[in-house]
Amino acid sequence: MERRKFLKQSVLVSALVSTGSALLPSLARAANVPGWPAKEFDAKVLDQAMHDSIGTTTVPESAAVHLTAPTIAENGAAVPVTVDVDHPMTADNYIDAVFLYVDHNPTPLASAFFFSPENGRAYFQQRIKMAKTDMVRAVARTNKGELMGSKPQEVKVTIGGCGG
Amino acid sequence: MADLGNPMIRMPAHAKKGEVVEVRSLIMNPMTTGLQKNKEGKLIPAHFIQTVTATFDGKPLCHLDWSTAISANPYLAFKMRAERSGTLAMTWKDNQGGSWTAEAKITVA
Repeated sequence: MERRKFLKQSVLVSALVSTGSALLPSLARAANVPGWPAKEFDAKVLDQAMHDSIGTTTVPESAAVHLTAPTIAENGAAVPVTVDVDHPMTADNYIDAVFLYVDHNPTPLASAFFFSPENGRAYFQQRIKMAKTDMVRAVARTNKGELMGSKPQEVKVTIGGCGG
Repeated sequence: MADLGNPMIRMPAHAKKGEVVEVRSLIMNPMTTGLQKNKEGKLIPAHFIQTVTATFDGKPLCHLDWSTAISANPYLAFKMRAERSGTLAMTWKDNQGGSWTAEAKITVA
């Protein structure tokens, strides 16, 4: 092989390798459901996840946002969490979204729930995974953009929910 | 592969007009994160439900975006104000092209 050609090819190969590693995440997610906010869910630390999802990292606490989770969870793979917001759900004044975070999970944003006034109540219950003993927090957003945070709640996890 | 899909919705069949009823749902999905390894040390690909949407008689009611932090075989409960008789439909979609829909009817008196 000619030296020049060889050099060209090796440059090409290394270029492919370096871009390849950068491409991997997007390739792995080629099948993302349209509209699913990959950036918010990919954030690795709480501040970044909050910034990407709600645009700020400081949210005033409100007694209206009730977050219920067990204080001790034997199984971190299925921790029941309930969020219930005391707030009107009328056409011009309602909770339009509730974001749920686990501070030190590999990706802290666990879920984003978008409501309409027809829900009648900004309430949900689901089960989440927790890697270790950690804080869970919920942030509710009104249709006018006002943010209200729950009191963060600590869940002591005996067996982490991320296996391995 | 464990069971996949098989979505279920439970909600009251009857309600008074204006009553806020609870909708409970369940679907089978592994909800794997893509961070775990199998016994051979190979990464198990991420396989999880990313979106859940609910409509009432075709009109959007609510929707959720889920991360891999939602537990396997996800349970979800939420509420709905029953203003008229109709059909609630929920659709779950995962990152591997899976899509499942379930329906439940309610009669409002």
